[in-house]
Amino acid sequence: MERLRDYLLPEQSSTLATDVDNLFMFINYASVILLVGITIALIYFSWKYKRKSESDVTPVIRHNLALELTWTIIPLIMIMIVFAWGFRGYMTMRNAPADSMEVYVTGLSFGWQFTYTNGVLSGSDLYVPAGRPVKLLMQSRDVIHSFFVPDFRIKQDLMPNRYTTVWFQADEPGQHIVYCTEYCGSGHSAMMGRVIVLPEAEFTAWLSEEKAKSEQELPLARLGENVFSQQGCMACHSVDGDAGIGPTFKGLFGSTRNFTDGSSTTADESYLRESILVANAKVVAGFAPAMPSYSGVLSDRQVDALIEYIKELN
Amino acid sequence: MANTTIREFPVEEYPKTHYLNHDKTLKSWLLTIDHKRIGLMYLASIIFFFFVGGVLALVLRLELWEPARNFMDADTYNRIFTLHGAVMIFLFIIPSIPAALGNIFLPVMLGAKDVAFPRLNLASFYIYVFGAFFTLYSMAQGGIDTGWTFYTPYSTTTGSAVVSMTFGVFVMGFSSILTGLNFIVTIHKMRAPGLIWGKLPLFIWSLYATAIIQVLATPVLAITLLLLILERTLGIGIFDPALGGDPVLYQHFFWFYSHPAVYIMIVPAFGIISELIATFSRKTIFGYWAIAFSSLAIAFIGFLVWGHHMFTSGQSELSTVVFSFLTFFVGLPTGIKILNWVATMYKGSIWLQSPMIYAIMFLFLFTIGGLTGIMLGALSVDIHLHDTYYVVAHFHYVMMGGTVFAFLGGLHFWWPKFTGKMFNEFQAKIAAVILFIGFNMTFLPQFVMGSQGMPRRYYGYIEQFQTLHQYSTVGSWVLGVGFLLIAWYLVQSLRKGDAAPSNPWGGRSLEWMTSSPMPPHNFDYVPVVKHGPYDYHQPIAEFRLGVEDPHSSSEPKSH
Amino acid sequence: MSHTDASHAHSHVQHHFVDSDQQFDSAKLGMWVFLVTEILFFGGLFVAYIVYRAWNPELFTMAATQLDTVMGGINTLVLIGSSLTMALAIRAAQTNEARKSMIYLISTVALAFVFMIIKYFEYTHKFDMGIFPGEYYTFTGIDHPRAHIFFSIYYMMTGLHGIHVIIGIGVITWLIIKTKNGAFNSEYYTPVEITGLYWHLVDIVWIFLFPLLYLID
Repeated sequence: MERLRDYLLPEQSSTLATDVDNLFMFINYASVILLVGITIALIYFSWKYKRKSESDVTPVIRHNLALELTWTIIPLIMIMIVFAWGFRGYMTMRNAPADSMEVYVTGLSFGWQFTYTNGVLSGSDLYVPAGRPVKLLMQSRDVIHSFFVPDFRIKQDLMPNRYTTVWFQADEPGQHIVYCTEYCGSGHSAMMGRVIVLPEAEFTAWLSEEKAKSEQELPLARLGENVFSQQGCMACHSVDGDAGIGPTFKGLFGSTRNFTDGSSTTADESYLRESILVANAKVVAGFAPAMPSYSGVLSDRQVDALIEYIKELN
Repeated sequence: MANTTIREFPVEEYPKTHYLNHDKTLKSWLLTIDHKRIGLMYLASIIFFFFVGGVLALVLRLELWEPARNFMDADTYNRIFTLHGAVMIFLFIIPSIPAALGNIFLPVMLGAKDVAFPRLNLASFYIYVFGAFFTLYSMAQGGIDTGWTFYTPYSTTTGSAVVSMTFGVFVMGFSSILTGLNFIVTIHKMRAPGLIWGKLPLFIWSLYATAIIQVLATPVLAITLLLLILERTLGIGIFDPALGGDPVLYQHFFWFYSHPAVYIMIVPAFGIISELIATFSRKTIFGYWAIAFSSLAIAFIGFLVWGHHMFTSGQSELSTVVFSFLTFFVGLPTGIKILNWVATMYKGSIWLQSPMIYAIMFLFLFTIGGLTGIMLGALSVDIHLHDTYYVVAHFHYVMMGGTVFAFLGGLHFWWPKFTGKMFNEFQAKIAAVILFIGFNMTFLPQFVMGSQGMPRRYYGYIEQFQTLHQYSTVGSWVLGVGFLLIAWYLVQSLRKGDAAPSNPWGGRSLEWMTSSPMPPHNFDYVPVVKHGPYDYHQPIAEFRLGVEDPHSSSEPKSH
Repeated sequence: MSHTDASHAHSHVQHHFVDSDQQFDSAKLGMWVFLVTEILFFGGLFVAYIVYRAWNPELFTMAATQLDTVMGGINTLVLIGSSLTMALAIRAAQTNEARKSMIYLISTVALAFVFMIIKYFEYTHKFDMGIFPGEYYTFTGIDHPRAHIFFSIYYMMTGLHGIHVIIGIGVITWLIIKTKNGAFNSEYYTPVEITGLYWHLVDIVWIFLFPLLYLID
């Protein structure tokens, strides 16, 4: 039985998972019993009451109150159990413990950004301490996204005009995949992230290290590398030469760009700046116009830094 | 004047003149107001669009053979899955049973000469064609990449051809409304003498419930899509958060139609299954009123559960809980129906012809679809399963395992009646088995993938899922082969099939009491109904009663 | 079509109906069902109105002052008057008074035109102020970030209603021609009767729109 559960469901890595899984398996068992019953009846009747001759006479059975009451009341009780069980689990999911650590989450096409209350920003990887409840305050920068961690059994849409919340507590250190489950465009299936659960002490160390990093005046290219990962650029642009949803950044600077409208230009600083800030001003041939505008999102210094970083990839 | 004595009328077997050939000009088809010809034109159209949607599905499955790019890019993939959904839902499955089979058989089963408003019926066909033209036009413009749900703000910001697609769907909505209106009036006013509500075939009851949903829900879709179109063209700001609007409001509007719409798709299938089970078990249906009223109950409750598509959308906890609670009450009448059908087979005289095989397969597949619906209604579990392949598998079990299998059952059941030709029964059985295997092979793995956390609408996926995706893809080829076989023997049947007798399955409802194919005006007499459609214990002669048709001497001019 | 007395009585019954009563009942039920779909069609907009009013009650109070209550009020009276003339036209058709019926139908169309002309002046006035629907909205007189949404809803509701009035004008004009040709009598007046039902619905929708949009305080 446990092996079936472990096959059907991902690992149980949050405190919420056990209850969800038990209900899942309960419904599965009840359903299989019912399905097998119906299937046996179908096969048995088809065989037992197979037509013998054209003149077969069948009895007139219009209804049977006792039978009908049984098959109304028993399913009614079953679905009420399922409702109540699901309701209880849902309320637990909705009410984060008061002592939860809060992290702000921004969804954007096509990546995740996590902002800690001390100002630390992490792109695509959410670091959390083991054994402590974490509450995410989430919103989207553009279209609707949805934050889904299968190992935690949690999912919540991110809206562009309001905060939504979700919480979890992971007791064991480990890594867990994050998916976007509300269709958001070309990079929807590439909009992945990770939840990295660290032991409490390691997490605290990580957080202060990141804090220190962000307070230093970084060289521009290093800042650019941070912006690259924090803004989720890697969902579409690789740095190793592979084409993704957008062109790779490797060897980009100084190369000749051919556009869908037939024109071409050399990729200089102005071209890169325009591509970042003006949505789809020039679209490279062979790619879809999927790039959102980062005007108002990135500061001038961050744009400069990104350009430096791209130059460095040559 | 007419002779009003009730007597038994003989049925003309293998008639020379019938509705298919009494007038052979192209004009007599394109401008026909005969419900049977209109139904056939619908049938041809939906089969065409089923083929289009099916090919798109095969292409999608082939792309998913590899975790990363196989042969198309993400943008193309997104457009194709959107088209697959939109074509299958708006162009195939919504009109499939009501507008095609319903149009052909509803008046005949009522003993009427036509639907109440034949011209309106023709108009609704051309409105459908007009709407379909816009969706094709949208494909020619490069398609649309929003998913068939057109969620804002993605649909208000994407560069693809949203306006022509939504306008097409908007237009087709009116076709659906007018068909529903026509059916409601026809059922109320055009029944043959003696055909009281309690003697209506259950297929008619299901079409009645469907028509009510069509009439009440579709206008809301129309206004929603109109607002979406204006949102894109004028920026009215009701659904677009960038202009102060609210995307969750759009979801409420959309699902207020689109949830009842799934009952537009499945309830007519229930009607077909009732006919098939009773006819091929040659037995009075068990719980006639339970089945009839459960259709109406589903239609009613179906209007109150739209929010269960939005459990993770950020709507209030209270509404989420209420919607979950109500959702379970759709499960109840549905379950009752299934058990009634099984009970009808008890002590029957079961004839395993291909339509009955489809009905039995339906019962198995639809039970899985229904039970996994209970799973998705359970709040805490749905949070995990929402927007994963589990949902994809669930609605394919309901819509394809349910509606399409019932549609195929109905198509085989009535094929001899409306074409006048028999098909190759052996090949039909083989095809049904191939479809059944292919279907389960395609969609069972998707339940597993979904539970394991594979999100839907994904172009790429992690390698862990590749094996299951490949099973699913192979299954889709098996399905394709099954459908090709069906197409083959049905075409053969049209070309050189044996002539069909008027009542090949021994049915008791009125469509079997007239020639195959039917005469231009369905009956050469005015039927008078004495027994219910499932009264197999009554002598068959008493189902062919009628009075002389006062109009029969002066056959109306052609039209 | 022959005009001998015997065939005249039945010439309007289409082949698939048993008799005149069945045809009349069907047409009437069909129109009622159609009106239900119309109510749901407008219903979607009413829901949008209710939602946005619940979210921004102050906006609706402010914005309603920009609507001309006098013009709206006159239009309400005009439409109620046209409903009355429509009812009288049906009555006259039932009692074989084709000429009277025609005069009433013409008055109905005339009143409908008055309604549309007043509507035209209202719209032009708003356009002059820069109150356009959606993103073309440039009016600055209302200090509210969602002001354009109120007017989007206003234009949607009154526009959709206006389209219904125009369709009504078309159908009633067709009735006038048919009446002139003597198509209707006490045996057969179904089109007049069911068009009347439609026209009353158009009137009723306006009777809801007027207070909801114009009379907010």
